[in-house]
Amino acid sequence: MGAAAFAWPLISQMNPDASTIAAGAPIDVDLTPIASGQDIKVFWRGKPIYIMNRTKKQIDEARAVPVASLPDPQSDQSRVKEGHDNWLVVIGICTHLGCIPIAHEGEYDGFFCPCHGSQYDSSGRIRRGPAPLNLAVPPYKFTSDTKIQIG
Amino acid sequence: MSGPSTYQPQNGFLKWLEQRLPIGGLVHSSFVAYPTPRNLNYWWTFGGILSMMLALQIITGVVLAMHYTPHVDLAFNSVEAIVRDVNYGWLLRNMHAAGASMFFIAVYVHMFRGLYYGSYKAPREVLWILGVIIYLLMMATGFMGYVLPWGQMSFWGATVITNLFSAIPYVGESIVTLLWGGYSVGNPTLNRFFSLHYLLPFVIAGVVVLHVWALHVAGQNNPAGVEPKTEKDTVPFTPYATIKDGFGMACFLIFFAWFIFYMPNYLGDPENYIQANPGVTPAHIVPEWYYLPFYAILRSIPSKLGGVVAMFGAIVVLAFLPWLDSAKTRSSRYRPLAKQFFWIFVVVCVLLGWLGGKPAEGVYVVIGRILTFCYFAYFLIVLPILSRIETPRTVPNSIADDVLAKSKGRSSVASAVVALLAIGSLFAFGTQDAKAADHGNTPPSLSWSFSGPFGKYDRGSLQRGYKVYKEVCATCHSMNLVHFRNLADPGGPGFSAAQAAAVAAEYKVQDGPNDAGEMFERPGRVADKFPAPFPNDNAARAANGGALPPDLSLVAKARSYERGFPQFIFDFFTQYQEQGPNYIDALLQGFEEKPPAGFALPEGSYYNKYFPGHAIKMPKPLSDGQVTYDDGAPATLPQYAHDVTTFLMWAAEPHLEARKRLGMQVMIFLVIFAGLLYFTKKKVWANAH
Repeated sequence: MGAAAFAWPLISQMNPDASTIAAGAPIDVDLTPIASGQDIKVFWRGKPIYIMNRTKKQIDEARAVPVASLPDPQSDQSRVKEGHDNWLVVIGICTHLGCIPIAHEGEYDGFFCPCHGSQYDSSGRIRRGPAPLNLAVPPYKFTSDTKIQIG
Repeated sequence: MSGPSTYQPQNGFLKWLEQRLPIGGLVHSSFVAYPTPRNLNYWWTFGGILSMMLALQIITGVVLAMHYTPHVDLAFNSVEAIVRDVNYGWLLRNMHAAGASMFFIAVYVHMFRGLYYGSYKAPREVLWILGVIIYLLMMATGFMGYVLPWGQMSFWGATVITNLFSAIPYVGESIVTLLWGGYSVGNPTLNRFFSLHYLLPFVIAGVVVLHVWALHVAGQNNPAGVEPKTEKDTVPFTPYATIKDGFGMACFLIFFAWFIFYMPNYLGDPENYIQANPGVTPAHIVPEWYYLPFYAILRSIPSKLGGVVAMFGAIVVLAFLPWLDSAKTRSSRYRPLAKQFFWIFVVVCVLLGWLGGKPAEGVYVVIGRILTFCYFAYFLIVLPILSRIETPRTVPNSIADDVLAKSKGRSSVASAVVALLAIGSLFAFGTQDAKAADHGNTPPSLSWSFSGPFGKYDRGSLQRGYKVYKEVCATCHSMNLVHFRNLADPGGPGFSAAQAAAVAAEYKVQDGPNDAGEMFERPGRVADKFPAPFPNDNAARAANGGALPPDLSLVAKARSYERGFPQFIFDFFTQYQEQGPNYIDALLQGFEEKPPAGFALPEGSYYNKYFPGHAIKMPKPLSDGQVTYDDGAPATLPQYAHDVTTFLMWAAEPHLEARKRLGMQVMIFLVIFAGLLYFTKKKVWANAH
C-alpha cells in the first residue's frame, strides 16, 4: 500500500503539468481573413489545426461519396457544424504515424501526407494509403458566425 | 566468481585488504585464472569490445552532458556549440554519435554469434535472457539519445515512436500523453528523455555485471559447442583471452576511428542538421539504421496495433529461443541444416533493414510481409522442427580434439576483417537508401579540396567565398552559428585577429539595455555572431514571398541526395562525403530562364533544375561579374558557386582540418598498436596450439 502510494506521485508527475494544461486552454480564431478555397494552420496544444474554407465543389465532392465505401465511414455532415458547412476544422496530424499532411494536395481535393502517401479528401477522411482513420476533428464551437473557439 | 580462489597476494597491503574485502581474489578468479575454452575464435572478442564501447559511451556521454542544455529552444544550438567551441568537442560528439552505431554493430555480431553457436542453450538460458534485456535497454537508450540534438529527425522520430504506444487499446492515448508530459512532443519530453538517457546506461552496466556473472558461472560456450572436460581444454583468461580481446578491440577501434575522423555524418541523417520544427514534417521519416529491421516489421502489418505487437514480438521472441530450439547439439557447425537456415535468417534481417529505409508502398509492402513472415518462421517454425528432425554430424569428444583437428592454418583474422567490412557496407546500404530524395536531378560530383583523408580548405577560395556570402547571400540569409572570431580561427579563411575585428566593427549590433533601460546599437565585436538580415523568421518570410531563407550555418551538411547503389559502398572506402557541397554548387548554377514545356511554375517561384520540386522561391542569386575578386580569380558564376560553397562547408564544419589531421595520427597509432598486439598474441598463443 505504502509503496503504491509512493509510486503514484512518481507516475503522476509525468502527466502534463499545470502550465502545460493552462497553455492548452481553448483558443479563439477569427475566420474573416480566410477566403473561400483557402486554409490556415493554427497551433493548439502543440498540434497543427487546419481550418479550411471549402469551396462549393469541395463540399459537393465530399458529400457525393457513398459513406459505406470509406475505410473509416463518416458522413461529411457529421464532421462539420451544421449551418457552417463550408468550414472544415481538423487536426493536421496523419493518423498513421503523426506526420503533418499538406493541404490542397493529393487526388481528393483534400490533404496529402508526404511521409507514407496517405490521401485524405476534402472532408479530411482517409481515402487511400496506410492511415487507418480520418483526420480527427478537434472539439470546437462557433462563438459567432466568424469566430470559432477550439478546445 | 567460480569456485574458491587460488589467489595468493604477495604484497603486505594486498594481504591485509584481501582479509577484509576479497576483491583481489574476485578479479583474479574472474579475469586472470578464469579458464576459457582454448578454441574460441575472434567472434568471441565482441563481448570485450562491447564492454569497451559501453565504457566509452558513458565517459563521452557524461562529458557531453556537462555542455548540453536540454531545452527545446537551446538544445540544438548547444550541441553545435559543443562541436564548434568546446575544446575537442567535435571529437567527443563524433565519438558518442558514431559510438552508438558501433555499439549496435558489435551487439548484432555478438547476438548472431550466440545464435550460430547455440550459446543460448542450457545451462546458459539466463545468460542469454539477460543479454536480450541489455539489448532492449540499449534500444531505449539509443532512441532517447537520438532525440537530444533536437534536429528534425530527432523530433519526428520521437513523434512516430511515441505514437506507437497509442495503438494500445483503451489506454493508448493516456500513455502517450504520459510519455510526452504534454499534448505533443515538447520540452517536457526532451527533459525526461535527457534524464532517462543519462540513467539507462548505468542500468545497462548493472545488467552487464549480471550478464558477466552468469557467464562466469556457466562458463563460456565455444565454437565446438562441447563443454570443457579437462585442463587441456582450457587456457587461463590472462594472458590468452586478454591479449586476444585486446587485439580484437584494437581492430574494432580502427573501424570506429574511420567514422569518427573521416565520415562522422555517414551514419547520420542530414535532416538532423535542421532544428526541430513541429510544423514541418520531413518527407521521409526513418529511424537510425539499427532499428530499421524492426521498423520494417512494424510497417508490414496492415493493422496499427498488430504492427506494434509484431515489432515488440520480434525482440521478445529472442528471450524464448532457448526453449524454441531444443536440439542437443549446440554449434551450427555440426548442424548442416541449421547452418543454412542461419545464413538465410541473416540475409532476411539485412533485407528487412534495407526495407525499413524504403517508403512503405507498392512492392515494398509485399516484400516486407514475406520477410516478416520469414523472420518469425525462423524462430517459431524452423528451429522447433529442425531440432526434432535434423541429424547432426559427430561432435568432437573434447575441445582439445577440436583444436588438434583443425591444425590447418587459421583464417579467422581475415574472415573477421572481411565480415566487418561486409557488415559495414551492408548497413550503409540501409542508411543510404533511407535518405530517399527522389525528386530533382542528381547534382554532378565535383572535386573539392577538402574531401578525402588529407582534405584541407583552399584559403583563397574561403576568402572569396566569404566575399560572395557577404555581398550576396547575407542580404537574405542568416548564419547564426558563425561568429566574427571564427574568421581568424585556425583552419578557417585565415584572417588575422585584427582583420576579423575590423570586419566585426563594420556591423551595427543591438545591445542593451543600458542604465536608462534602453536598447542601443554599437559596433560589432569579434565575440558577436554574424547579424541576421531580419529580426525574426516571420519578418524574413514576409520579405521573401512567404518562404523562409534557411540559415546557412549548417546548410552544407543539411542537404544531401542519394548516391545510389553501389556508389555509396565505394564512398565508404573513398570517404566521399561531399553531397551537400555538390548540391549547393549545382543549385546556384541550376537556374533556368524558362521551365521545360509542361512544367507549371507557381507564381513568384523560379525554375531550378536541382531544387526538389524545381520551383524555388529564391531568384537566381549569382551571375557572371556580380562580385569583384581582388586576387585575379575569374569573376564567373561557376567560380562564385565553388567559392561560396567552400565557405559554407567551412561554416558547417569549421574543425574539418583539425579532425582529419588528428585522424591520421590516431590511425597510424592504432595500426601500429594493433600490429604489436597481433604479434604479442601470436607469441603468447604459440604454445597453446
